[in-house]
Amino acid sequence: MRTLEQTTQEVLDLASKHFNVPEGSLAPEDDFFKKLGIDSLQTLEMLSRLENHFGIELPDYEVQGVSDFRTLASRIQSRL
Amino acid sequence: MKSFTGKTLRWEWRDGVIELTLDREPANEIGLTLLAELEQFVAAFEALAPETAACIIYSERKQGFSAGADLRELYQGAAQLSEKERLASVRAFLERIHAAFNAIDAAPFTTIAAVHGVCFGGGLELALTCDIIVADKMARFAFPELRLGLIPGFGGIPRLKRDLGNAFVRDLLLTGRSVNATRAQSVGLVAQLAAEGEALRIARATAAQVVKFDGVTRAAAKNFIKTIPHDELRREIDLFCELFARPTVMAALKKFVESSDAMPYLP
Repeated sequence: MRTLEQTTQEVLDLASKHFNVPEGSLAPEDDFFKKLGIDSLQTLEMLSRLENHFGIELPDYEVQGVSDFRTLASRIQSRL
Repeated sequence: MKSFTGKTLRWEWRDGVIELTLDREPANEIGLTLLAELEQFVAAFEALAPETAACIIYSERKQGFSAGADLRELYQGAAQLSEKERLASVRAFLERIHAAFNAIDAAPFTTIAAVHGVCFGGGLELALTCDIIVADKMARFAFPELRLGLIPGFGGIPRLKRDLGNAFVRDLLLTGRSVNATRAQSVGLVAQLAAEGEALRIARATAAQVVKFDGVTRAAAKNFIKTIPHDELRREIDLFCELFARPTVMAALKKFVESSDAMPYLP
């Protein structure tokens, strides 16, 4: 089973790949809205990619108020 | 009319298949103009039906199939009216939407929604009028109406109940959460999953299959298996209008319209 660190790294890798941000330029404590420059619909796209990648469902309300990658990863981790 | 190009949608008939393309910026929000053009589309059914086996409804918008009702138009229109005028106007709009959606639901040809991106609220309700939903893996489905103090008003609850188990309907409705296409397929909402960007291609392949069957038999089979829940649809309009009369609804609409939240469709 993945550790939280592994999950966090996969979230960062997925985000940089799909939102065309240089690999390695994202950090766990970064605000993903600001760093990725995404709007609400792109947030949903990210949610879908994360769900498909990790094989989980992540209800939107679980990520409401979450803006950094580390907290997002912890929400995912609790569903693995 | 075998082809039409309007402000919010266009359609074209070719080889027994109609393709209806939704194309209203930013995300095919359903307001008065889109409704009027849907009514024109439905009015063309009688002439098109004898030569039509299938109809594909899909979206040209990158954001998705449809984000639902045009809440800005709804709020801005309602804000100028007295309470009595506002309720009459909302009821009239719903009656028109239901008439158009019921016609699509009962169309004498097989209807296929090819869904990508957001399919929320009224957009999901439009997709639910179709016989088959094909969705790409990035599609998401939701009924977020409770955040506005409302229920889905375009026929979504009766249609979703018709098609699926009550438990999933409760989950979507009472949490307002969005679900991905994989989950939607697992519960039977989505008939076929497509790779990202491939929903239309798969819908076309499905339509090509449907075209092979005898039209009279196809229409009879559809009529036999697909009932329109008219009584519940009427009750939905009444309940929606009752809820719309509450002051919290206009307040919630105002908040949505003025919001700069990253996820404004969540409460």
